[in-house]
Amino acid sequence: MKAAPFEYARPATLAEACSLLAAHGPDAKLIAGGQSLVPMMAMRLARPAWLIDISRLAELQRIAVPAGLPADRDGHFIVGAGVRQCVMERDPLARASVPLMARALRWVGHVQTRNRGTIGGSIVHGDASAEIALVACVLDAMLELRDTSGVTEVPAREFFLAPMITSIAPEQCLTEIRFPLWRGLGAEAMRGCAFDEVSVRHGDFALVSACAQVMLDADGRCLRAELGIGGAASVPLALPELGPLLIGTRLDEQAITAAADAAADLIDPEGDLHASADYRRHLARVLVERVLRAAKEDAMRDTSKERTR
Amino acid sequence: MSEQLYPVSIEVNGERREALVTARLTLVDFLRDTLRLTGTHAGCEHGICGACSVLLDGEPVRSCLMYAVQADGRSLTTIEGLAQPDGTPDALQDAFCEAHALQCGYCTPGMIVAAHALLEANAAPEEHEIREAIGGNLCRCTGYQQIVDAIKLAAAKRGGSAA
Repeated sequence: MKAAPFEYARPATLAEACSLLAAHGPDAKLIAGGQSLVPMMAMRLARPAWLIDISRLAELQRIAVPAGLPADRDGHFIVGAGVRQCVMERDPLARASVPLMARALRWVGHVQTRNRGTIGGSIVHGDASAEIALVACVLDAMLELRDTSGVTEVPAREFFLAPMITSIAPEQCLTEIRFPLWRGLGAEAMRGCAFDEVSVRHGDFALVSACAQVMLDADGRCLRAELGIGGAASVPLALPELGPLLIGTRLDEQAITAAADAAADLIDPEGDLHASADYRRHLARVLVERVLRAAKEDAMRDTSKERTR
Repeated sequence: MSEQLYPVSIEVNGERREALVTARLTLVDFLRDTLRLTGTHAGCEHGICGACSVLLDGEPVRSCLMYAVQADGRSLTTIEGLAQPDGTPDALQDAFCEAHALQCGYCTPGMIVAAHALLEANAAPEEHEIREAIGGNLCRCTGYQQIVDAIKLAAAKRGGSAA
């Protein structure tokens, strides 16, 4: 299991990295943590002629919530694409701003891979069962892509096209991911979230995963709900069409069952060696129920400590 | 056509090591074949088994999922660097012997590196934290229970209280 020969460059700036990408085109690949790319190269499923190492670029290490109230009043949290998964998992600002990601990261690989793997690297890899990509879709995150001609923004929900295929061009580098903060729903609103999955071994690829984030008013009524399912389609799947089944309810069992049934109807999973299509659909229904219940409990618990800031 | 060589300077177990390497040389092969530090084991070579775990700047990583050029300028600790200065086993290694936490020994260096990182960060881990810490390391013969016992024993010996 040895990679085919390649040449290596470690540019000092993002601009230099983009120039190298432009010069080498599809023959070059960016490497950050390499936790998905290196195995693919070992198996020779990927054979780049050039590896451009962006793991040490300070420009890709930002973790911030920009100050000032933005026009949409929702606000956003910014994480650099090169931030390692273990760093975002532990960062207090990240945990408070995007708690759903902190929960999802517990399911991503193992300690050793999270110490190297990056947030952006998982997203551009485009695995349909990837937890980070699912959270980006469910929260309707915005991705910033850069090349030598400038910056392009793509919603995460439009980024994933097919297994391991995204809309990124060979000369583009994912630089930042912006997660909406849901601030626009009022100071009294309570946010809750949950992530759950079933896999053969904890840390292995999910057979099916699901996650949800909900916002409840002081009365316990649902103001907003987003949920999604991983591993049950060719891409990580946000299901915004389920929001209307939940908004206005108290997330009682009837509403949760209706949403879980609708989710199971909306997906069209494929069967493989690890799980049949029927089993995946069953898991999707069960996991959607679980994450909605858990997100509701999380929001109720949240009344005193977290609000929404 | 000969492959391009890249200079690397890596601190390994406290000693600066310099070499010229091809870009595709993985860190585990650099350790084993170039430096002859064969305590780090090459298992699956694609990031599943954890046998090749080493500490990169104190954090456990898989040395098969990195190229040696990527470790240029960084600091590594391998299983050889965990024993006491005179070469005798440290408390964790002793505990693995005492609790019969190895049979064939193939996964052992990776298990000890992962457990060492856990105990450095958390002197008195709960059992679920121990299981999480070695969750990325496969053992195909001991059955894990004695490995968990050994890590608890080591925590107690090192002065933390085992869960």
